[in-house]
Amino acid sequence: MNVAALVPLPVALPFLGAALAFVLVRHPKAQRRASLATVALTLAVEVLVLALVWNAGPVAVHLGGWAPPFGIAMVADQFSSLLLVVSSAVSLAVLAYAAGQGAADDDARGPVSVFHPTYLLLVAGVSNAFLAGDLFNLYVGFEILLTASYVLMTLGGTASRVRAGTTYVVVSVVSSMLFLVSIAMIYGATGTVTLADLAVKLAALPQGTQNTLHILLLVAFGIKAAVFPLSFWLPDSYPTAPAPVTAVFAGLLTKVGVYAIVRTETLLFPGGHFDTVLMVVALLTMVIGILGAVAQTDIKRMLSFTLVSHIGYMIFGVAVANVLGLAAAIFYIIHHITVQTSLFMVAGLIERRGGTSSLLRLGGLAKMSPLLAVLYFIPAMNLSGIPPFSGFLGKMGLLEAGVAAGTPLAYVLVAGAVLASLLTLLAMARVWSRVFWRSPADAENPEPVLLATAPDSSGDWNMRALRTSKYVDATEGRFAGETEVPILPRMMVYSTLGLVVLGIALTVFAAPLFELSVHAAESMLARTPYITAVLSGGAP
Amino acid sequence: MSVNLTLLLVMGVLFAVGIYLLLERSLTRVLLGLMLLANAANILLLATGGYAGPAPIYDKSIPPQEYNDPLPQAFILTSIVISFAVTAFMLGIIYRSWLLGRVDEIQDDREDRRVAAQDGYDEEEDSVIPVETSDFHAPGQTVSGGDRG
Repeated sequence: MNVAALVPLPVALPFLGAALAFVLVRHPKAQRRASLATVALTLAVEVLVLALVWNAGPVAVHLGGWAPPFGIAMVADQFSSLLLVVSSAVSLAVLAYAAGQGAADDDARGPVSVFHPTYLLLVAGVSNAFLAGDLFNLYVGFEILLTASYVLMTLGGTASRVRAGTTYVVVSVVSSMLFLVSIAMIYGATGTVTLADLAVKLAALPQGTQNTLHILLLVAFGIKAAVFPLSFWLPDSYPTAPAPVTAVFAGLLTKVGVYAIVRTETLLFPGGHFDTVLMVVALLTMVIGILGAVAQTDIKRMLSFTLVSHIGYMIFGVAVANVLGLAAAIFYIIHHITVQTSLFMVAGLIERRGGTSSLLRLGGLAKMSPLLAVLYFIPAMNLSGIPPFSGFLGKMGLLEAGVAAGTPLAYVLVAGAVLASLLTLLAMARVWSRVFWRSPADAENPEPVLLATAPDSSGDWNMRALRTSKYVDATEGRFAGETEVPILPRMMVYSTLGLVVLGIALTVFAAPLFELSVHAAESMLARTPYITAVLSGGAP
Repeated sequence: MSVNLTLLLVMGVLFAVGIYLLLERSLTRVLLGLMLLANAANILLLATGGYAGPAPIYDKSIPPQEYNDPLPQAFILTSIVISFAVTAFMLGIIYRSWLLGRVDEIQDDREDRRVAAQDGYDEEEDSVIPVETSDFHAPGQTVSGGDRG
């Protein structure tokens, strides 16, 4: 089996799928099936790549057959193929969730039939960023996923989405501009943009030049990863998007930024000159992010703040810069992609069932929908780092790495990580006690839906609600007769369940996964496997 | 490597004006700022290619180092296409924003303002829990917290 032939497929397949989905715009059912099949196929290919790369080490493909430092390289090493697999698994779950929602609401007739092709482009962009072997291809990957995300963010064009979308687009474009400027400067200084070539040539530059380029890249990636002083755009823009879109953004987009930071720190500038800065930034991200979460009264906004806060843990692992720290960061990225996405999916279900996502208006969902309560409880405890779960294991690894580093700042960071973890538990427990535990009558301003619907022995499956869309008049026109939609479509619940189970599986299979993370971390810190794989000039 | 001073000066001016416009509240000006920033970045890329030389079409009589470096120009082409798409999208957003609200300004986030203005005191979490000394309530006395059945 030739691995090299498989490496470009995770990018190419979603592109083809997107084209197919565009063709099928008028056939919503076929469109849904085509895009689900595409992502499933991509996932299968990536699992194969991961299995082949696991022991063999990094594999490079030189597109167009140009000799190593000149052509465009795509590189799959353990880290990137692991992220590819997890990100595709999560994308598949979210796509099924969105398809379930679309099938239930029959919104394919509306303007959102563009959702599927755009979503597949987003997946292609994420894969391209993970596989990119040169800096400019990384930029192109970022732009593909960002441009797709602009469209998804403003889907439907309501006032709040346009407002949130504006902030998001402007901030993202500025960060891309910074990235482009740093590419220009790096090219000016070294005459190359191939990552492996840069890893050799950057070291020859004067330290001052290196620091400038390093800082530029860190700022550009820091905006994308939502690291503390650069994170204010995220909680403002994510919550307004449709539930599946927020879920996939939360899982993938910031992690691509973290991925780029990891590559910068390990491959391009391995000296660790800014580890102290990164540690301080990680501490602030963790603590200030979670303080924001505690203050929120809306579930989606609260989750957006926890997302920011937990990015801090990953930066912590990168900043500690020993094998254990980096391995724990990789493990944490995988855990967080899965768990944060499932929480956002559950938040979407809560909003559907309860009619709102405001903590001031919800109540009594544990009684009305026990399944939803379980679906929320498991990832919430997982995120807070309660012992058996993968969140605990990842945090444990980070804390051990911090203690092993042994500097005073590392100890402060360990304390900060524990504090942020406790506050996450507080924020999660607040949602639990308000949304699920109290009776709806106790809410400050209870949602009428919750007071009106008594618990029903037939369960949630058969519950239907009146179509409430403001844009659709149910009594006349082409929507006549379609007045009811299911409140909790099975496909949405099953896809959420699938991701929650994946989160549990990360706990069960934590040992081999952590071993793989250590493997990936060692390979990245050693640097030579990656560099030789690219520069030795494999078959085109 | 030699650089072209004019290009660098133009780039600096474009960056300065672009950043200034970006900080405005009007969306159209923000968009103009982004366009200027994109052009500034492109000029910076162009400057990294060094002095202009003959086009990089192979000719035996020209020594290799004389050719113009084509790579920055390929970068610029890509980045122009991307900024073109983003500009078109931004225009769409601005138009939509104008249709919806008749404003060409960046709007405040209502939830943000609400959270910022909210009281530190939370009835459910912070209120004093009354000590109940008896299992039986005197007539007319309200039970705190309501019935939590």
